[in-house]
Amino acid sequence: MEVVDILVVDDEPGIRSGVTRILRNFTVSYPFLEDDIGFNVIEAATGEEAIDIIKRSSPAIVLLDNKLPGIQGVEVLQFINQNHPDILVMMITSYASLELAVRATNIGAYDFVPKPFTPQELKSSIENITKHYFLRRMTRKLHREGKQVRFQFLTVLSHELKAPLNAIEGYLKMMQEKQAGNDIDSYMDFIDRSLARIQSMRNLIMDLLDLTHIESGKRQRTLREIDLTLVARSAIETMTPLAIQRDVNLSLQTTEPVIMLADSDDMEILFNNLISNAVKYNKPSGWVKCSISKTASEVTLVVSDSGIGIEPEDIPKLFQEFTRIKNPQSKNVTGSGLGLSIVKRVVDLYGARIDVQSEPGVGSAFTITFPLPGSDTLNDGI
Amino acid sequence: MANSRKTILIVDDDTDYLFQLKFHIEKMGFDVVTAESQREAENILKNIKPDLAILDLMMENEDSGFILSYKLKRMYPDVPVIIATAVSAETGMSFGISSEQERQWIKADLYLEKGIRPDQLHREILKLLKV
Repeated sequence: MEVVDILVVDDEPGIRSGVTRILRNFTVSYPFLEDDIGFNVIEAATGEEAIDIIKRSSPAIVLLDNKLPGIQGVEVLQFINQNHPDILVMMITSYASLELAVRATNIGAYDFVPKPFTPQELKSSIENITKHYFLRRMTRKLHREGKQVRFQFLTVLSHELKAPLNAIEGYLKMMQEKQAGNDIDSYMDFIDRSLARIQSMRNLIMDLLDLTHIESGKRQRTLREIDLTLVARSAIETMTPLAIQRDVNLSLQTTEPVIMLADSDDMEILFNNLISNAVKYNKPSGWVKCSISKTASEVTLVVSDSGIGIEPEDIPKLFQEFTRIKNPQSKNVTGSGLGLSIVKRVVDLYGARIDVQSEPGVGSAFTITFPLPGSDTLNDGI
Repeated sequence: MANSRKTILIVDDDTDYLFQLKFHIEKMGFDVVTAESQREAENILKNIKPDLAILDLMMENEDSGFILSYKLKRMYPDVPVIIATAVSAETGMSFGISSEQERQWIKADLYLEKGIRPDQLHREILKLLKV
């Protein structure tokens, strides 16, 4: 049997001895663990005493009263967060209000148990938090093995793939049951909406293919001297119909060829993603400008736009998978949420750098800087 | 049937889900008001008191549905709230509001899996509206 240390911090001796008594012979078992779990209760009457004990022997779980004679429970919670973030804290509180719960969970408490509690209530709370403790321990183990990232990606991916299927299934059922009557014209909206979801699912699958190609390294990368302005021009041509539809002016600012050693598919991925984002997240009568320049040590691509811009707090999230910044201006924009994470992977492959400058309501500029052979920053990886 | 038409607020960030649910619920004979986010719903609630609300759980944030439900209950304690989500089917997480303890924290009257058949949903709505 595995024993978990629980520190109970309460100035009422009755609560402390009650917790000790209730948990003395209590064990829990989980389907994902072979061993049963038992509990060893340590008692502290003040916040100061609790901090001493935590410093000496960090317990797995702390049951923490907020009203204490010296420093308050919240301060103990802050100490734990700063110094022992692994410890799970359950607040004991005499009044159960969501506001207090939200506040304490915002600063790191895992859960609450309202006081007075019955033995059964305490046991079920402890069972819950212990489960979390072990799940987190297992998650960390997975994380160390690099499996967690994969798992999260697949979870989100399955959500992204199921959402359009559910929507299309819903429309088909409505049609099967003739919910809108016998006239086929009444169903045109359902059909259009289903087709739109199919299109966005197809885009997602195309992006996924790009991503797996980049990841697996299976695709043959052919490094040749290519003219980046040709790649940019072709991306602009691809996006022109959408740009016309959105009343956005697309232009390539560079006329002279810019030659670089690169794989043309990779470069296409970069231009397509950056230019299509710049068009999609734009405004009527807006513009998108693309420019490419070369010095002795580096090649720089810039795609700038007069679009809706990005809030500063959203910028760090941009390159994460399945990030789509949601706000009223972007709600009608469709996308897989993978484009910029794909761009980032390609950029990394080339040892390049991507920078974002943006002002909400004014526009954004994405700049990619490639180091050139012979310069110090060259990455040997390609 | 009720004497006057009841208004149901539906909040979901998937516009197709919203469209389908609105269609079904209007066919049941209710008026429907929709919102695509917690924020939009909060603005609507300033002007309209619905007779019942159906909220998606994960919108702007993972817990938008809970927060919205809490705020709605604070404004209109008597309005029943259904939280609808596809969470358990998709992530394997499970939670409900069947125990008294959970009901204290999650201020909703009913917790439903998305994909429930319209006739079942209709029964649940009537039960909550006590008609």
